[in-house]
Amino acid sequence: MSMKKGRIKKAFQDPYQRMLLGNDIKKFALTILQIAIIVGVCYVILSPVIGMVVNSISGDKDAYNPMVFIFPQYPTLERYKLVMLRMDYWPTITKNVLYVLTLTLIQVLVCSMVGYGFARFEFPFKKLLFGLVVVMIVIPTYTIKLPLYVTFRNFDPLSIITAIKGGPINLMGTPWPMYIMSLLGCGVRSGLYIYIFNQFFRGLPKEIEEAAFVDGAGMWYTYFNIMLKNASPAVITVTVFSLVWQFNDSFFSNLFLVSPDIVISKKISTLASVIANEDKILNVTLQELYLHAGIILVLLPIILIYLLLQRYFIEGVERSGIVG
Amino acid sequence: MKKKKKRLSLMRKRMFAGYLFILPWLVGFLVFYIRSIFQTVQFSFSEMSMDAINGGYTLTPIGWENFRYAFLEHGSFKQTLTSSVMNMLVDVPLITFFSLFMAMILNKKFPGRAIVRAIFFLPVILASGAVVDAIAMGEMMMQGGVSGQMQEMEASASSAIAFDIDYLISMFMNLGLPAKLLDYITSAVGRINDIISMSGVQIVLFIAALQSIPSSLYEVAKIEGATGYETFWKITFPMVMPHIITNVVYTIVDSFEQSEILKLADTTTFDMWNYGLGSVFSLVSTIVTCIILVVVVGFIQKRTFYYN
Repeated sequence: MSMKKGRIKKAFQDPYQRMLLGNDIKKFALTILQIAIIVGVCYVILSPVIGMVVNSISGDKDAYNPMVFIFPQYPTLERYKLVMLRMDYWPTITKNVLYVLTLTLIQVLVCSMVGYGFARFEFPFKKLLFGLVVVMIVIPTYTIKLPLYVTFRNFDPLSIITAIKGGPINLMGTPWPMYIMSLLGCGVRSGLYIYIFNQFFRGLPKEIEEAAFVDGAGMWYTYFNIMLKNASPAVITVTVFSLVWQFNDSFFSNLFLVSPDIVISKKISTLASVIANEDKILNVTLQELYLHAGIILVLLPIILIYLLLQRYFIEGVERSGIVG
Repeated sequence: MKKKKKRLSLMRKRMFAGYLFILPWLVGFLVFYIRSIFQTVQFSFSEMSMDAINGGYTLTPIGWENFRYAFLEHGSFKQTLTSSVMNMLVDVPLITFFSLFMAMILNKKFPGRAIVRAIFFLPVILASGAVVDAIAMGEMMMQGGVSGQMQEMEASASSAIAFDIDYLISMFMNLGLPAKLLDYITSAVGRINDIISMSGVQIVLFIAALQSIPSSLYEVAKIEGATGYETFWKITFPMVMPHIITNVVYTIVDSFEQSEILKLADTTTFDMWNYGLGSVFSLVSTIVTCIILVVVVGFIQKRTFYYN
């Protein structure tokens, strides 16, 4: 305390010390402002989530008690237990995460490859083709509903399947349409990922590739071992987006009739009626509480995966620092 | 002579490699998208009649009739299109700058950063597909204690914001700021909730962009004695410029996907079974969005600095 006082006193006498003190105050004010902004924005984002968490742990009596706010009087984990049972939680979530991870891996590989192709190679019609990528991003998804359905209902590329099995096969109800779409760079928001990768590769210095070329690296080696590692912030970003959007996708999973045993978010939409039928909970307010518990259970793995990937975000900094 | 030939062959090789790299996407686009684009165009120029008994449909070509109807007779198409486009143009700069600002704050080192970043990413997780459906369905059915609580929370939140706006408006009116600018800012403040939930993706993209800036540049700036302001405009801003384009593209597309015009097209097509008119709506709005994209991106691209 006395030391601080002494410092302030000294600061008013010595101009250099005064400047340092001024900087300190400025820094402090900025920090306060930043904390205020972060806390404020976090509140706006979190308030509905907090509401959902509170609902999912409040007991039957709390549901109708207008005095209950934030802290339920009769907290219970009953909702989670029942919802886990009815959604067949652990097996479903494991299959779902595996399914989503596979698709994400495919998406990252294919989209980065296409993005690299557009960013670093010169070929005829490049501008036109890249324009088509943008068209693909913009085009409303429901316009491709019908052709997609027809293609996968009677799946027969180049009549190969007819030659082997004697007729087109029906891929509806299997995860295969999704795998094929992702492999061909047309999965959930693939266009956007191609765009992100393209922008990232364009932003990287060309010298890296030239050095690799001089050292005798082939194009594929350069792409896999050098460029992909340098674009690690983009890789992480796309991985995160792809995971989340694939996990939450309802358009394609509904269109291809993918089984609810692999896509847990489908079970959310039927959860209320399942609980009404199986457990005779017909009160809609209580169903609502179960639904919120279900939503939290479904979102939890994605949030955990995001937190895990967070670390690599930070690693990306160091690496790009060396390269630049 | 020999040297020239060799260089040519390298260029050719790179050309083929380029095609090889984009090949998967090219096949996918040709198989899945070309057909649907063709089909949409075909629908928009014809009248479709469903065969209710046997299934299937027949198309009768009617030329520009659907377009004529959409632009000259339909009650709300033009208004919806204009308001959707206006919303898009208003949102883009707001969201871009807000998310760049937030990304710069989140890129600094502070305790609890991982958790804060996760929170900022929550809107992206919450705002898609089945969860939104479930929440909307839940809200429709809500009544009693829980619903009362939710409504109360919403009401208190919105009244707090309304108070702020009135206060701000009177304060800035006294300062003599132009009313149009004030309207823009106050509407932005009022919609802060929407803006935050719409910028989750952009913030993540910007964080990645900020991290791809070589730290040596900042070291040099520090040694040379640049201020924070100078560092931002001379290093950070030019270096994230290519990613601003990505963000603007995403924001425009996202705003288009959630726009009223697309909802109108969707209900016209799948609720009223008017495939012709619905196709016209989606075709026209897609073309308009593409034009906006090309103009905006072209405008920014001219001012963009690429590393090479």
